[in-house]
Amino acid sequence: MASKNERNPGMPLQLDWVMRAHVNRSAVERRVASLPARRSIKKDWQAAWLLRAVTCIDLTTLAGDDTPGRVRRLCAKAKQPLRQDMLAALGADGQPITVGAVCVYPSRVKDAVEALRGSNIPVASVATGFPDGQTPLAQRIAEIEQAIEAGAREIDVVIHRPYVLTGDWQALYDEVRAFRETCGDAAHMKTILAVGNLATLKQVYQASLTAMMAGSDFIKTSTGKESVNATLEAGLVMVRAIREYYERTGYKVGFKPAGGITKAKQTLAWQALMKEELGVEWLMPDLFRIGASSLLTDLERQLYHYITGHYAARHHMPMG
Amino acid sequence: MDILELYKTMDYGPAPESPAAVYAWLDDHERRFGLFINNRWVTPENAEYYPSYNPATGEKLAETVQAGQKEVDQAVAAARQAFESWSKTPGQVRARYLYAIARNIQKHNRLLAVLEAMDNGKPLREARDIDVPLLARHFYYHAGWAQLMETELRDYQPVGVVGQIIPWNFPLLMLAWKIAPAIAMGNTVVLKPASYTRLSALLFAEVVAEAGLPPGVINIITGSSKAGTMIVTHPDVDKIAFTGSTDVGRVLRRQTAGTGKKLSLELGGKSPFIVFEDADLDGAIEGVVDAIWFNQGQVCCAGSRLLVQENVADVFLRKLKARMGKLRVGDPLDKAIDMGAIVDRTQWETIDRWVQTGVKEGGELFQPDIPLPEKGLFYKPTLICNLDPAAETVQEEIFGPVLVSLTFRSPAEAIALANNTRYGLAASVWSDNINLALDVASKLKAGSVWINSTNLFDAASGFGGYRESGFGREGGREGLFEYLRPAWQERPRPDFQPPADGQQKSAWGEHVPARPSMPAATKTNGRDGRELPRVDRTPKMYIGGKQVRPDGNYTLAVRNPKGEVIGQVGDGNRKDIRDAVEAAHAAHTASPGWAMRHGYNRSQILYFIAENLDARREEFARRIVAQTGRSLASAQNEVDISVGRLFTYAAWADKYGGSVQETTLRGVTVAINEPIGVIGIACPDEYPLLGFISLMAPAIARGNTVVMIPSEKHPLSATDFYQVLDTSDVPAGVVNIITGDRDHLTKTLIQHEDVDAVWYFGSAQGSYYVEYESAANMKRTWVSYGLKRDWLSAEQGEGHEFLHEATQVKNIWTPTGE
Repeated sequence: MASKNERNPGMPLQLDWVMRAHVNRSAVERRVASLPARRSIKKDWQAAWLLRAVTCIDLTTLAGDDTPGRVRRLCAKAKQPLRQDMLAALGADGQPITVGAVCVYPSRVKDAVEALRGSNIPVASVATGFPDGQTPLAQRIAEIEQAIEAGAREIDVVIHRPYVLTGDWQALYDEVRAFRETCGDAAHMKTILAVGNLATLKQVYQASLTAMMAGSDFIKTSTGKESVNATLEAGLVMVRAIREYYERTGYKVGFKPAGGITKAKQTLAWQALMKEELGVEWLMPDLFRIGASSLLTDLERQLYHYITGHYAARHHMPMG
Repeated sequence: MDILELYKTMDYGPAPESPAAVYAWLDDHERRFGLFINNRWVTPENAEYYPSYNPATGEKLAETVQAGQKEVDQAVAAARQAFESWSKTPGQVRARYLYAIARNIQKHNRLLAVLEAMDNGKPLREARDIDVPLLARHFYYHAGWAQLMETELRDYQPVGVVGQIIPWNFPLLMLAWKIAPAIAMGNTVVLKPASYTRLSALLFAEVVAEAGLPPGVINIITGSSKAGTMIVTHPDVDKIAFTGSTDVGRVLRRQTAGTGKKLSLELGGKSPFIVFEDADLDGAIEGVVDAIWFNQGQVCCAGSRLLVQENVADVFLRKLKARMGKLRVGDPLDKAIDMGAIVDRTQWETIDRWVQTGVKEGGELFQPDIPLPEKGLFYKPTLICNLDPAAETVQEEIFGPVLVSLTFRSPAEAIALANNTRYGLAASVWSDNINLALDVASKLKAGSVWINSTNLFDAASGFGGYRESGFGREGGREGLFEYLRPAWQERPRPDFQPPADGQQKSAWGEHVPARPSMPAATKTNGRDGRELPRVDRTPKMYIGGKQVRPDGNYTLAVRNPKGEVIGQVGDGNRKDIRDAVEAAHAAHTASPGWAMRHGYNRSQILYFIAENLDARREEFARRIVAQTGRSLASAQNEVDISVGRLFTYAAWADKYGGSVQETTLRGVTVAINEPIGVIGIACPDEYPLLGFISLMAPAIARGNTVVMIPSEKHPLSATDFYQVLDTSDVPAGVVNIITGDRDHLTKTLIQHEDVDAVWYFGSAQGSYYVEYESAANMKRTWVSYGLKRDWLSAEQGEGHEFLHEATQVKNIWTPTGE
């Protein structure tokens, strides 16, 4: 299959493909248990990988108390995620090191767009009844339209989980397809499966395939609001679905783990997973994003330790 | 290093573990080690030394002593002396010592792991995450058995001084598998590590000494295979435990034959890795990685034979080749690699020769385009496809990172291909259909079966083989019996001197068919008191449920103690044995096969046999009197006990199925006591009926089919008995009876390669030959060494020892979780 670099256009739902999925949980668990231990990333390599991780962050605030001021502060951090002196020490001054995107609620998109004006950092908006997706479809679609109208270039949609739990793949497909058509050329679409709400890893795989067939640009693990968020197990299943989709169609779909990723060490495990199961291309921000709010501080601290050999104080890292 | 460049390429870099502590330890010993005897380092005068190398770098790490006879004697004497007190030390005290050892292993975890990686070439990740944690686990687990021995194993005693010889692929783990159960059960040990990998055992010795174990309980001897032979042949060693190649296992079987030493062998394998179309293929791919590229494939239970269902084979092999391209081979101390170095150049060359053979045999070779370090003994992960089952590379153990692949069409064909091997160590079955997976698992001839997983180990689950993969188990309750003997039994010391090596030609088992014998058979008295000739009644052989004439048409006279001829039986020959073995196999392949019937059914048949025997109590008693000249009361007693024994095994027919093992797996690990298959049984002369029943009943109760050779002196009880069998619903071929010269018939049985076990209750000389000849196909043996047991007593004549001999344990690991 020839590799295509254009967006995934999706395809008609192939139910037989979805239904044939086999995912063995214990085999998945063993793989994710040994993978980080098989790929220890140290020293210069670790610094490079963490620097790369910074550029893959969807710096996120999704809270009831988000204000325009809070969003502005986050955007400032997004533009300058690392201290200038640290960038210089890494030999990366002058490089366009920014986070991958800033991710906010629809009501805050305008604030973010303004704050990021002049940078190339896209604003991502959650939509479609985030986080639970339990509002009427017309409203969910309207949210996408409004977010794009406000300037969002990436839309993180949530799926309607009952379709997965009841095995109604056609309904799931139709809805995500509708989201994708609403995004059109104006915005890339990341489809949140909310794996913590799904019953089995097999459903995670099936939902991943359906979301990709419906034209998702990315598939994303979680909203960050479920009680179980981005697990390596679910992530492994999703990236294997991405691989199979790519092998069959030639289209590369991105992956975004989100929720509960707060430490550099976790990031390295996710990166190793991407590199091992998909390849280096899937380590770059056009195919890999990490949804996180506090992770950046830990990446900064680890890079500081690499540069100076000293363990860093949290309060020395500028707040986002 | 340019961070920005790495930021673009996102390459992996080295993540080396520091060897500093290992070097410091080696330097503490000035890089030269003595022998560990009585908790002290012993350096022989004018010692010869042998170098240890790091196979990844070629660096010489240290040198160790080549022990000679004097040192072996010294170590065995130390172990013998320690045995006196250690075997009498209460189990609860021994438990504390084992617990202390386990704790101390954990305290020195990293040093042990780093040394293991450097000495063996295995990835530090594996040594650290698998080998050393399992080492500690084994001592914890067996600390528990030491604690419980006096209550749970009260009918048993320790064996004595145990000689243990271990391989180089898992130096510490194999050491644990050997030492922990041995000392837990009150034995003392002399252990010899493999020549390539001697160092971690010596570090372990210090860990043990630091933990305060009494001197002499564990002795570590380094040396060549000559030292191994000295241990194996040492008269004061009571048991040998060995892990290694099947060829060496055969040598050990022969060296210990007839000596009364217990023996357990964990040998080679060519284990199947079966992938069904409904498996999680991506999961199974990682299973393959764990199966054949774990420890560079130098694993006795490596899943080295890939069997893939034909309709998913293309997809699976494409995925596999892609996966192989992601494997990283390099410095074992690098924590970002999958495979380290091959242990030694000789082994590297063997592997390479096998790969070339595979190509010559028409195999399609695939090795990924991945870099290897420029120096050191590294070998690429290798796949050879399109081979036929007849190819040598499919049949023989390679012991390296080489996978051969075949396809199958149906579950039945998968099972047939999987079992088409001389080995039977392990198997892996991948399917998301639990009915299919468990059905296949139940039909595989292998000691460990992993469903949707592979190479899982735990101290609570016995590991060991079927067929030529050896006998005995290591781990679990089942493994303890390798280090125990019944409390009533002394170490057999047979009074038979085996012939010197190379002089195996002997007259044992040779037999010239019988001729007519005078005087004539005794007469009987008619109703009017006149003497009448008896109605001639010549028993036949009993094969496949039919009475058949002996193939050779020769007849043997049966005499009473006065020398009078009281009857005749067929004088069996090789062909009778051949036919009986065929019939015994047919009883397994019948539908339902004997082993596949449920225990309830087998128990019903045993009860029925007992019922019918009891109905003919007087007749059987009189026959015993006629043959042995014993009193009628004594003969009646023998019949009654025989009936009772049938009841005993009717009881055991549905109560010895196995157990759930409490391993670390989330899921179910089940130990199943499976029948061994076809057992040839040579019965003792004492107690012509009871001896026969006591051996037949446990064997068939547990699903074996048998070829019985009755007492040579008193065969008529057995031949009378086939009429009982005929009236008791015993399916054809389950019990076959061949009369004649016991040793002559035994010789054919022991040399028959389709017989799975032979029990021999005869002379010391016969016991020697049975054990010696069994090495050809590694069949299990159980012999009496010419010693008698009290068949009348329940302690000696029935029970767990018999059930143990009639079964082999299969552990099926089934992970759970959706």
